[in-house]
Amino acid sequence: MHSVRKQRLYLVLFVVLFSSVAIGLVTYALRGNINLFYPPVQVAEGKAPIGQSIRVGGMVERNSLQRAADSLQVSFMLTDYQASVPVVYVGILPDLFGEEQGAVASGVLDSDGVLQATEILAKHDENYMPPEVAYALENSGYDKKGNTK
Amino acid sequence: MWTFFHKLGSPPWLYAIAGAILRWLVPITLIALISGTVWGLLFTSPDFRQGNSYRIIYIHVPAAVVALAGYYVMAIAGAISLIWRMKMADVVMKAAAPVGAALTFIALLTGAIWGKPTWGTWWVWDARITSMLILLFLYLGVVALYESFDNKEAAGKACAVLSLVGMVNIPIVYKSVDWWYSLHQPASIKFTGESTIDSSMLYPLLLMIAAFYALFTCCLLMNMRAELLQRESRTQWVKRIADEKGRG
Repeated sequence: MHSVRKQRLYLVLFVVLFSSVAIGLVTYALRGNINLFYPPVQVAEGKAPIGQSIRVGGMVERNSLQRAADSLQVSFMLTDYQASVPVVYVGILPDLFGEEQGAVASGVLDSDGVLQATEILAKHDENYMPPEVAYALENSGYDKKGNTK
Repeated sequence: MWTFFHKLGSPPWLYAIAGAILRWLVPITLIALISGTVWGLLFTSPDFRQGNSYRIIYIHVPAAVVALAGYYVMAIAGAISLIWRMKMADVVMKAAAPVGAALTFIALLTGAIWGKPTWGTWWVWDARITSMLILLFLYLGVVALYESFDNKEAAGKACAVLSLVGMVNIPIVYKSVDWWYSLHQPASIKFTGESTIDSSMLYPLLLMIAAFYALFTCCLLMNMRAELLQRESRTQWVKRIADEKGRG
């Protein structure tokens, strides 16, 4: 290759490499802010601030969803199977919200460690299948990844 | 073999080759798009949790995949035009930017439409969605930067540098759902290991992804032809084409 072109090639590689390193360092420094939510285990460890608006994401624990009889208030536990965070919310839940499904709750942790949520988002997972397949899987005793339940 | 590559550097040749490719690629693209859409929307069963709203995947995922791939086309063309001063690489770079911007916009829009019923919100500042928005601004930035220069050679250089710097965003978009806690779900189609989307839904999706790649190529070639005519408007071969069109 001609030496001038070689020089320009190195310059291009340098630009790509240098900008990657720069952006990489920025995202590394801001990694806490890029995360959309705290997992319950970090809340349990006290890494999430109390009295500030935060988001907590995880699975809605089985048999933890309770609805008030006279209002729209719901309470449930968000878990990552290592720790759980109780959540209280007044309002309408998204359609895909349910037990054993992913959800992200944003709100403020009170001094008792209860998240007083102002917004609940349902988190969809990467599994897509027709209802018959889901039904067959349910009966087969295997989960979606092929492991026995 | 090498003469073919050298001829690609000549505008009339590139114009003719692009036209020859388009002649059969456009019908193939239309057939693939129509059959993929009909297959995906009418002949697949609804999802076990999302019902029919999941069908937006047949537009959303192909648009997003090709928007990312298209950025590499633009950035690599930019690098070639910087290093080898190839004018035709500059044409490719300029032609790719608006197509990529349109695809990114489609991915963001369909994602918002799907997000409202599924997540409960149109928009959330999550890593995947924010990095995709940055991708849209990078594409639009290249378009705007090119137009802001009077000297087109300088414009090409500036755009090439911008697209090379922006290239770092592509792996970030791609890996954002694995690196950070995000609302957006991880990929369902996996290159290694089993995909987590049922094969009856996967095949029409793969057809749509192929169709969108073809669509991107068609738009790219059409843009390139238009750009070539504009750049070479004072040359004999363009005058000849204009005369032929005028008579026909």
